[in-house]
Amino acid sequence: MNKARPGFAAIRNGSALPWRDVPASSLAAFQDGLASAMNDELRLCALFALRRGGDADPRLFAVLADDARGELLLGTAAVEGPTFPALTQRCPQAHLFEREIHEQYGLRPEGHPWLKPVRFERPMHADPRTTPPPAIGAAEFYKIAGEAIHEVAVGPVHAGVIEPGHFRFQCHGEHVFHLEISLGYQHRGVEAALREGPGRTSLHLIETLAGDTSVGHALAFGMNLEGLAGLRVGGHAHVVRAIALELERLANHTGDLGALSGDVGFLPTAAFCGRIRGDFLNLSALLCGNRFGRSLVRPGGVRFCIDAAMAGQMREKLQAARRDVTTAVELLWMTPSVVARFEDTGVVSGETGVLLGLVGPAARACGLELDVRADHATGAYCFVQQPTATGHNGDVYARAFVRWLEIQRSLDFVEELLEMMPEPCAVVSGGEVALPGDHVAVSLVEGWRGELCHVASTRGDGRFDRYKVVDASFHNWPGLAVAMRNQQISDFPLCNKSFNLSYCGHDL
Amino acid sequence: MRYPAAAPPPLPERFRGRPLVDAGKCKAGCRVCAEACPTTAIEVGEVAGRNEVRIDLGRCLFCTDCSDACPEGAISYSGDHRLSASRREDLVVAAGEELQLAKALDDRLRRLFGRSLQLRQVSAGGCNACEADVNVLTTVGWDLGRFGIQVVASPRHADGILVTGCISENMVLALQKTWAAVPPPKIVIAVGACAISGGPFRGNPQQLGGVLGAGLPVDLFVAGCPPHPLTILDGLLRMLGRLEKEGRVGGVEPPVRR
Repeated sequence: MNKARPGFAAIRNGSALPWRDVPASSLAAFQDGLASAMNDELRLCALFALRRGGDADPRLFAVLADDARGELLLGTAAVEGPTFPALTQRCPQAHLFEREIHEQYGLRPEGHPWLKPVRFERPMHADPRTTPPPAIGAAEFYKIAGEAIHEVAVGPVHAGVIEPGHFRFQCHGEHVFHLEISLGYQHRGVEAALREGPGRTSLHLIETLAGDTSVGHALAFGMNLEGLAGLRVGGHAHVVRAIALELERLANHTGDLGALSGDVGFLPTAAFCGRIRGDFLNLSALLCGNRFGRSLVRPGGVRFCIDAAMAGQMREKLQAARRDVTTAVELLWMTPSVVARFEDTGVVSGETGVLLGLVGPAARACGLELDVRADHATGAYCFVQQPTATGHNGDVYARAFVRWLEIQRSLDFVEELLEMMPEPCAVVSGGEVALPGDHVAVSLVEGWRGELCHVASTRGDGRFDRYKVVDASFHNWPGLAVAMRNQQISDFPLCNKSFNLSYCGHDL
Repeated sequence: MRYPAAAPPPLPERFRGRPLVDAGKCKAGCRVCAEACPTTAIEVGEVAGRNEVRIDLGRCLFCTDCSDACPEGAISYSGDHRLSASRREDLVVAAGEELQLAKALDDRLRRLFGRSLQLRQVSAGGCNACEADVNVLTTVGWDLGRFGIQVVASPRHADGILVTGCISENMVLALQKTWAAVPPPKIVIAVGACAISGGPFRGNPQQLGGVLGAGLPVDLFVAGCPPHPLTILDGLLRMLGRLEKEGRVGGVEPPVRR
């Protein structure tokens, strides 16, 4: 037990603990512990309910990140009865988590200021044949009254090739007072389907949680299984994994910078980046045959290696891509009309970022220096470090510029790794992994959008009784809503793209 | 890009196109591949004491689970990117059989849509990878507009819908309303394993197992998880009858693998 944090056990990223070593507190002590941790600048990575075999009542489980010490703190508390006092007023970071606990387990957080559905899913243990899901989108939306106030409703089907979601703006002319985001349209029942796993579909459900973050989520899943089963991952596999994760970041960041310039009508960078993003995706395909990195990461290692010839080919293509992306993106910062549109648009302050628990480039853009690759490093990130890129203003400009810094650092990092490529390369081609019973494992991965948190809990026979996924988008959607306050509604596409959040990663 | 007037862009050596089964290597009575497949895309039957392996490309995720599991090394992936069909049943292919690629629309629809096709994209319970690679076709490199194909913002302006995703329960109504808002004559294109069969989410009660499960008629199926942009373009051009002419490279030869 961590002496500084009674009621919580400390582990390293990607390791497992027997359930009996996870301290069980009274609910009041558990919540006090979380509140005091927030005061000490720890972060809430996950807070969810589960029911283990033999539990009379469902229990809450929390993962806290102590970034300064590089530790993850785990604690649990039983909830007796159908209600519990909400923590959200004391810790706004708990806001969406407590709504999810209510939706998935029927436990009502009393006093929660914003208790609405998260993704309009059935309760976790309901029989799908007899229990229909709640009617999607049927919620009390926040409303502002007044003669000149009007409401704008957008979605679920949007105007472009985008995932579905619903947005409700309260406007006075062009001015947006409030944006409410209502999701759940992409809910495919992934967490429910992962129970009883791991099985032959598990890894595929993980790889398609959020298709643009296939490598990130597969890596988090792999780390959990490795932590539970005590599997050793070779040096070559660690390097291949890190390269693949950075290629995913490079492709998406480049695409985002192109899309941001498209949204302000600056077509040169939009056109270039659309193509260069493809160059990075094609590098992933060179590595594993799939542009999204599917079938690359396997529990215990990787399915594909990088030999000397491929390393050479990748270096050559990366150099060309670096040249192209530099030319394309530098156009942005040199064009005053672009900079003027980016600056002071969609500002989120650092204080708000902390309260909401933002992660990834959106958090770093408001000056919060947090990055799993540095704070909770695993694999190749323990040996080669990238400086954490931060911005100051928390506006669209900062979110764009942080991406550009990360592109450059990521390119340096991949080029350095391609020089090392430790031998030997051993390919892991799947097969069942036997897991110990009654354990819990936690992994964090810095996906391109930010922190991905996976929690795997096994019952006595080593099967999952709960597999919890927290995508970066889950933390960051409220950030977009806040960024839109007092903006013009015409700035919504720009603000939205500057976060570029995942609907399916949120909806699961 | 000069395709389809010239060869398509080369695909990487590890690219997984259409899966191939070497019937000669397949051992009678063995079912290892069928058991390894995450989406039950493989069916092993028996004909005259020998295995007959059929792969449903509409369910296939193009992962490596079957080829890794096969003790005889009988399953491999070709570099053939052409994976579209006009009928659902055409996607179920036995070892040694040719895939019946998508046919052109009938003459009336071809006259209407052959040189101008406006599509409304509906994303309904996928992972956003199919959407991403549909989007790629509209970038400068692929330039879908040169074929008269455009993605439009309103179903009222569309000649059809291009659907991705397994059709989550929470999106059925929105999909049906969008379909109803498209004026006839109209077509439906299902892109990716999810839209064809539910993909990795097949069997989850929170989804309908693809576009057919939601009760919409489908004119073109494009297999893959996600299909490569070239695979999607190939399907669209076949549907419009623009890859049939003799001498057009994209129509007759699979691309080179580098």
